Amino acid sequence: MSQIINIKKGLDIRLKGKSDVVLSRPSMADSYAIKPTDFHGVTPKLSVNIGDKVKAGAPLFFDKNNPKVLFTSPVSGEVVDVVRGERRKILEVIVKADSEVEYQNFDITKGNFSAEEIKELMLISGLWPSVIQRPYGIIANAEDSPRDIFVSCFDSAPLATDIDFMVKDEVESFTAGVKALQKLTSGKVHFGLNADYQKDSLFTKIDGVELHYFRGMHPAGNVGTQIHKVNPISKGDIVWTIAPQHIIMLGRLLTKGIYDASQIISLGGSEVKKTGYFKVISGASISNLVDKNVNNENELRYISGNVLTGQQISKDGFLGYYSNSINVIPEGRHFEFIGWALPGLKKFSMSKTFFSWMTPKKEYSLDTNLNGGDRAFVMSGQYEKVVPMDIYPVHLLKAILAEDIDKMEQLGIYEIIEEDFALCEFVCTSKIDVQHIVRQGLDLMVKELG
Amino acid sequence: MKALRRFMDNIKPHFEEGGKLGAFKSVYDGFDTFLFVPDAVTKKGAHIRDAIDLKRTMSVVVLALVPALLFGIYNTGYQHFLSLGQEVTFWEIVSHGLIKVLPLVIVSYAVGLGIEFAVAQMRKHEINEGFLVSGMLIPLIVPVDTPLWMVAVATAFAVIIGKEIFGGTGMNIWNPALITRAFLFFAYPSKMSGDYVWISGLSSGEGVVDGFSGATPLANAAAGLTEKLPSVSDMFFGFIPGSIGETSTLAILIGAVLLIATGIASWKIMLSTVLGGLTMGLIFNAFAVNSFMEMSAINHLMLGGFAFGAVFMATDPVSGSQTETGKWIYGFLIGMFAILIRVFNPAYPEGMMLAILLMNTFAPLIDHYVLQSNIRRRMKRVKVNA
Repeated sequence: MSQIINIKKGLDIRLKGKSDVVLSRPSMADSYAIKPTDFHGVTPKLSVNIGDKVKAGAPLFFDKNNPKVLFTSPVSGEVVDVVRGERRKILEVIVKADSEVEYQNFDITKGNFSAEEIKELMLISGLWPSVIQRPYGIIANAEDSPRDIFVSCFDSAPLATDIDFMVKDEVESFTAGVKALQKLTSGKVHFGLNADYQKDSLFTKIDGVELHYFRGMHPAGNVGTQIHKVNPISKGDIVWTIAPQHIIMLGRLLTKGIYDASQIISLGGSEVKKTGYFKVISGASISNLVDKNVNNENELRYISGNVLTGQQISKDGFLGYYSNSINVIPEGRHFEFIGWALPGLKKFSMSKTFFSWMTPKKEYSLDTNLNGGDRAFVMSGQYEKVVPMDIYPVHLLKAILAEDIDKMEQLGIYEIIEEDFALCEFVCTSKIDVQHIVRQGLDLMVKELG
Repeated sequence: MKALRRFMDNIKPHFEEGGKLGAFKSVYDGFDTFLFVPDAVTKKGAHIRDAIDLKRTMSVVVLALVPALLFGIYNTGYQHFLSLGQEVTFWEIVSHGLIKVLPLVIVSYAVGLGIEFAVAQMRKHEINEGFLVSGMLIPLIVPVDTPLWMVAVATAFAVIIGKEIFGGTGMNIWNPALITRAFLFFAYPSKMSGDYVWISGLSSGEGVVDGFSGATPLANAAAGLTEKLPSVSDMFFGFIPGSIGETSTLAILIGAVLLIATGIASWKIMLSTVLGGLTMGLIFNAFAVNSFMEMSAINHLMLGGFAFGAVFMATDPVSGSQTETGKWIYGFLIGMFAILIRVFNPAYPEGMMLAILLMNTFAPLIDHYVLQSNIRRRMKRVKVNA
């Protein structure tokens, strides 16, 4: 085993409701959605109308600024609704699924594809948006050739998903997917592995990839952390990242010629009665997973993705494009009498100002209460404790707020996206919307520098 | 508690904009959020948040100040009756201390919070908790006989000029409590230094027992009277004249332990300040030409406001250095300058206040150089890659 990279800064948030590692195959959901809001910087333009019949892999909309990037239906069926928000912004394109998925066939008879052909297939099948470009955390530009491709093969976020378990039965597709990725970069494909997980996982058996072992707290499993430790992104570098579930879909695309977006997700959180892993199709409605499977006494928050970076959805909402988990936690819409002064045995805090520090192994059921009011930056050294990068988070955030592009560049904006600073937002005494600020900064960089 | 919640909800409409009491919205919000952690939930970003907020943070600091406050109350009475040469009971000592100290605390909070409430209302934001700490620090760093109106004027000056014109808590350049003290020091020097201000009753000419001097040990040392220094145990436990909260190193250390254990204040700043003070003290010992320079470096740490400044003032996260490397440099220089000013400035024996204010001024510069080295590392990488 190569050298282990220890992540000494960070925070493990111990939550109740970790998913049991048991796989179920629920019946197919009746509706599916692709949400343009999952994709940063995309201006969606519809290519279907309500009532149209589509096959799995047929385009629903494309990016106005980059018409080659298609967003396709994960299942076959009928387009039943286009949900719009303010100023008619498209929020969801909903497809009512057929009982059996009918796939659009992509031509793979040629075999042994070149990089260009792989990209072409990914673009038309709707798989291309799974490739994320660093810097900026946006959908990669298919004309680039990235320095490296990084894949994080474990999750360290609260209620982490077991990715080894998710891929173990997909050896063939995964291998084919990685092989294709290797053609897309002039550099290497890098896997970030957890040094403490089982040593013979599928990830260690793939030829020609660089393995990097990490040990430590969250955000050890964030691909941004891994890139920073292995070979940080400098000005001018382009690095791509992709999630393991999408590599499997890529493998299926190239071996079967179809966009088969089925994946295994975890369902967890303190309010779920029976947690576990479920085989579903990307974009699925979660209603049949959570129906009668959650504690109904309280108002709940349903999250597509993890509790730090995921998106809030409704109880009949849809799994996000990039998500591999659904988490359900209590809403925190309640007042607490002199809550700031109580001992706080049930409260989780990085600081030791609550007596919960005396129970270091306890798991918590945290709700969505903000636990305070918005303030200016007051404390110092707090963010630094949870960012394992050679970066000064507060100063970078202030540069973003000042819209000082030179400073942002100098202080390392190329190395981060929202999720890398998610813990800063969690621990912040002043309740500052760190991830939102980071996205504003990234958007500004894209706008100014392209 | 439900009844109280209902009451707060019922009166809330009056405080909304346009309501009868709309001008007091910030006051209502202040009390409401003080009584109840609000029901606000996360809207964007991380769905769960750490339980800590600024109220918790500030209340921990205030709690850490309590030992120094309690001892200050006791010592005020103790020194008073010592100067009179009277033997009295513990409770007489404490009640005299309370009578002297509590008005200072009340005036400081009333004036400071009054201004904070008004400014919050003007700016239409929530009341910041920063003054909860400043308001407790101010009475602890003034001589006990400071007239209340002076404390009021100085507090108002510090809150308005020292903090609010920069944008309020989080934006200020200097520690507001120290601004209060500096203002008093330069505006009313006769009430802030000399041999008579440190013990209650002395300045008004109450009878003093023969041979009693109200001079602080530090003033004695500066005057070359190091043989008059009290015993080490008196200096450590704090049975000496001085500003109300600064005399007991032990009480301050208890506060320091709480601040470090909870992770609220930076142990790096505390440690480096002490190291800086020791270093300077040892340098003076090595090149000593008078008895003050010969004084043990350890004594320096226990005299005057050194310990109090290192634990409660230098560690202010807003006015101090904000980078971890910077904190070491910032604290070390505070320690060095404090002793340097003490020993070489003939005008006033206390150097801690000025040392911290000076380094508050330079903290952004220190941070700038720390950041520059980070930037250089990043830029070097680009060149290596290119």
